[in-house]
Amino acid sequence: MGGFFKSSIGRKVAMALSAFFLMFFLIIHLAVNITSLFSADLFNELSHFMGTNPLVQFALQPVLIFGVVFHFIMGFILELKNKKANGVSYAKNNGAANSSWMSRNMIYSGLVILAFIVLHFIDFWFPELNTKYVLGDMSGMHDGEYRYFHEMVEKFHNPLRVGAYVISFALLGLHLAHGFTSAFQSMGSSAGRKKTLQNIGKAYSIIIPLGFIIIALFHHFIHQH
Amino acid sequence: MNLTLKIWRQKDSNAKGQMVDYKVTDISEHMSFLEMMDVLNEQLIESGEEPVAFDHDCREGICGMCSMYINGEAHGPDRGITTCQLHMRMFKDGDTITIEPFRAAAFPVIKDLVVDRTAFERIQQAGGYISVNTSGNTQDANAIPISKHAADEAMDAATCIGCGACVATCKNSSAMLFVGAKVSQYALLPQGQVEAADRVQNMVSQMDLEGFGNCTNTGACEVECPKGISLDNIARMNRELMKAALK
Amino acid sequence: MALNSKVPKGSIQNKWTDYKNKINLVNPANKRHIDVIVVGTGLAGGSAAATLAELGYNVKAFAYQDSPRRAHSIAAQGGINAAKNYQGDGDSTYRLFYDTVKGGDYRSREANVYRLAEVSANIIDQCVAQGVPFARDYGGLLDNRSFGGVLVSRTFYAKGQTGQQLLLGAYSAMNRQIARGKIEMFNRHEMLDVVKVDGKARGIIARNLITGEIERHSAHAVVVATGGYGNVYFLSTNAMGSNVTAAWKIHKKGAYFANPCYTQIHPTCIPRSGDYQSKLTLMSESLRNDGRIWVPKNLEDVKAIREGRKKPTDLSEDERDYYLERRYPAFGNLVPRDVASRAAKERCDAGYGVNATGEAVYLDFADAITRYGTEQAKIHNISNPSKEKIYDLGKAIVEAKYGNLFQMYEKIVDENPYETPMMIYPAVHYTMGGVWVDYNLMTTVPGLYCIGEANFSDHGANRLGASALMQGLADGYFVLPYTIGDYLADDIRTGKIPTDTKEFDQAEKEVKDRIDFFVNNKGTKSVDYFHKKLGKVMWDKCGMSRNEKGLKEAMTEIKAIREEFWKEVSVPGSSKEMNPELEKAGRVADFLELGELFAKDALAREESCGGHFREESAEESGPQKGEAKRNDKDFAFVSAWEYKGEPGDAVLHKEELEFKDIELKQRSYK
Repeated sequence: MGGFFKSSIGRKVAMALSAFFLMFFLIIHLAVNITSLFSADLFNELSHFMGTNPLVQFALQPVLIFGVVFHFIMGFILELKNKKANGVSYAKNNGAANSSWMSRNMIYSGLVILAFIVLHFIDFWFPELNTKYVLGDMSGMHDGEYRYFHEMVEKFHNPLRVGAYVISFALLGLHLAHGFTSAFQSMGSSAGRKKTLQNIGKAYSIIIPLGFIIIALFHHFIHQH
Repeated sequence: MNLTLKIWRQKDSNAKGQMVDYKVTDISEHMSFLEMMDVLNEQLIESGEEPVAFDHDCREGICGMCSMYINGEAHGPDRGITTCQLHMRMFKDGDTITIEPFRAAAFPVIKDLVVDRTAFERIQQAGGYISVNTSGNTQDANAIPISKHAADEAMDAATCIGCGACVATCKNSSAMLFVGAKVSQYALLPQGQVEAADRVQNMVSQMDLEGFGNCTNTGACEVECPKGISLDNIARMNRELMKAALK
Repeated sequence: MALNSKVPKGSIQNKWTDYKNKINLVNPANKRHIDVIVVGTGLAGGSAAATLAELGYNVKAFAYQDSPRRAHSIAAQGGINAAKNYQGDGDSTYRLFYDTVKGGDYRSREANVYRLAEVSANIIDQCVAQGVPFARDYGGLLDNRSFGGVLVSRTFYAKGQTGQQLLLGAYSAMNRQIARGKIEMFNRHEMLDVVKVDGKARGIIARNLITGEIERHSAHAVVVATGGYGNVYFLSTNAMGSNVTAAWKIHKKGAYFANPCYTQIHPTCIPRSGDYQSKLTLMSESLRNDGRIWVPKNLEDVKAIREGRKKPTDLSEDERDYYLERRYPAFGNLVPRDVASRAAKERCDAGYGVNATGEAVYLDFADAITRYGTEQAKIHNISNPSKEKIYDLGKAIVEAKYGNLFQMYEKIVDENPYETPMMIYPAVHYTMGGVWVDYNLMTTVPGLYCIGEANFSDHGANRLGASALMQGLADGYFVLPYTIGDYLADDIRTGKIPTDTKEFDQAEKEVKDRIDFFVNNKGTKSVDYFHKKLGKVMWDKCGMSRNEKGLKEAMTEIKAIREEFWKEVSVPGSSKEMNPELEKAGRVADFLELGELFAKDALAREESCGGHFREESAEESGPQKGEAKRNDKDFAFVSAWEYKGEPGDAVLHKEELEFKDIELKQRSYK
């Protein structure tokens, strides 16, 4: 088995497995966030649960972090290996003739997403860790009410940040447009090349990023001070 | 028609190569691309220059010898063909055509447009066969019925001509379509089952050793493959390798 | 030297079995002390190399391409014959034997052909075991198709790529042995001479085509499996690199060359479109099952078509000459290859050729489309179908049967063959002649073997469809590996053959001198210039029909071209690098010698048989008037030529052919 994950195909499979996990996470994340559009209370409660439940915090969260880090590092390793396999580059190469832009530029869409995640961590995750584990305030309260909804709305005041979010999610969409079906192919399933899954993939890669974009824009424009 | 050709010239595997411009005139649209190259070479010989070396043999699209990267695509702009089947009617008078060798670290240039594809040989030698001696005393050919569906699918995979267009086209120089096709041919047939696990493991590890890149499922190889070998073969190879690893 | 075919005694059914039972064998422990060189890795060479290695010999295999998988066997489309009788239609070893001898116009050696038919069934078993994906029916059993000139369905196939799949099978068997270290594979190497020591073949001189280095390789026996010499015509369906060099070099070192004039000219090839043409493309013979061949009746129409003023579809039925149906009412468009080819040439020579070069006839599917369409309309209960409906239904059937060929045609010619008739013209396809071998497949040089298309043995004066693949694999898998043991049994104590001997020195020097000559010659003309010139003489005077005057002229003209070649040939580049022009120069030099012997052989054979048609030997009267006339009384022999310094001085040796199991008959297709 160890040999398997050292092989080129084993690494593809590992990429696909981490991708599946991350794609599943995106659904959960969006499901929680979407509640903020219609109910600040529900959003607060769900956020508090996620932020304080030991199972989520100490089992799922580390796995998630590992998944993200693994997906990125493996992606870079493979990119470097593939670059090396390339040798001399062509004077003229018409990539558009035989493949989609998304499929050829996963590393760039991936890099943008990485940059976004850093921003996202600075915005939410690090302050959260600070409040909960450094300051030891596990109450989730601020001025007598849940702080989550309010903090989020606060962040979306800045149009630059909202712009960065929108662009990042657009690129996430492109990343998913190829990545969703590609993961099936890597896992040895031709299903990713059948109409049904291709349509699901298309829908997924549009709905998920669009959901996040709508949330950002919604809070930006609705909660003007 | 009159054309400008930008061709990669490289004296031998150690030399540094560069693109060189040539002009050819009075090219008939009925010529094949290689016949146009013949015309250029005759012209070069007459003027005392060295002709452009390029691989070719059967000139009917089956031997897999010809291998040029024309205007940014393996075997040129047409589909389902090799370079020898590409005709000049695909181009227009006054066009500039860029002609390069197949590029991949595992396919070093030997001279001009000729590359060394023996990495493919070594992958095949690692397991691309069924271990049966040619005694002629195997069981009768009809002893094991094989469903028409499986036989046809195996045939589709076996159609690969080993030209290397998949590697040349792939942005990662991956050889997975080639290896996948061979693994699939045997995986689909009962004769291939006995050695299936060893075969896929050995072929994949040789493929990695040769320095081919990894597959990122862009699907470019399938589009450029002169024989239309399907990406399903790569998925099948992945499956076969997982199966082998779990054994 | 008198020819001894070494055909074993006994009844034809038991010859091979009895012979195998008594033959000398080399014990397994000794085989590893014996080296065998195999030159050429197509079906014959590849299968021989693999099998010899499996048996335990140390094999060195040579191919001029970058992989054994690229040998021209790969281009065979149709299929492979085998007397399996899976269809239960009365096939048998005898029937396959009979068809092959008859198809060869009674100019092949009975015992060899019987053995070929006998082992044909093993080939299919073997290939299936190797994972060759032959076509199957819905019950999962092997499917067969029928082929020209026979009454049973015995052809196994893998789509239209049977040659490719069989070659990949042999190649996979080779790969297994290369991995085991039992075959040492030399890709991009060309054999440039054989080395004889004490009269026996003991090695070869080869050129590394990448570095230009000249190498010595020794062995206890040498097997030449380098295919046919159709490229002597310049234009043929052979691969660009197909050549006679290995066969010719061994001929010059003492191997007799048999029946060089027996050439198969295939009627359904895509015509030449201009002088730049480098090679011709074959389309499967099966097209003649449904296509009707014609040219216009009137020369004015021919002119109008050539000038583009008229389209072939503008001509009414009355204005068309379906010449095969006219001349051969019984067989019509399905006459054998040689007859169909000659008839096309006759019309084109008379000025009726329908393209710019004047060398093309129509192959028309309009009738077939209408016929199938009407049939389909009935099947689908469509009453009073419109013309368009019939056309659409019929087109679908034609497309299902020949779609890939139509597509290939359209890619090359840029015309839609569903809408306008295809143009076809005969092209050189296969050479039945080759190096003379005995029953053991050994040439007249001890220890030197020749197999596959390179030898002369099994097809007589004409080869039946789907028999070339059969012969190549039979020789390589099932015949040579046995018979070679008989010779090698004496070599178990010989030890390694040294390469630092005067024989190797001498052979290497000859090779190097010739190469040096080429790269240093201050000529003015390219190699192709001479090759094209030779090809034109061959095609015009040694082509589909031959006569004494033309053949004599051909001999003189080829000699003159050869002399000019050695003065004027220009080869750029050096000998110490990859140099395709230098490779071509060596090959064309040999074609220029073979061509003359070819004409000499055709001149000596004053009869018409199979692919060899002598205008002087045609029926003069009666219903067969103008048809080929074989002369069994004077010419029932194999012409084996001994090299004497100049091709024109070659000495003829005759191997008389005896037909004990088959009655000789004249072929008739009227």
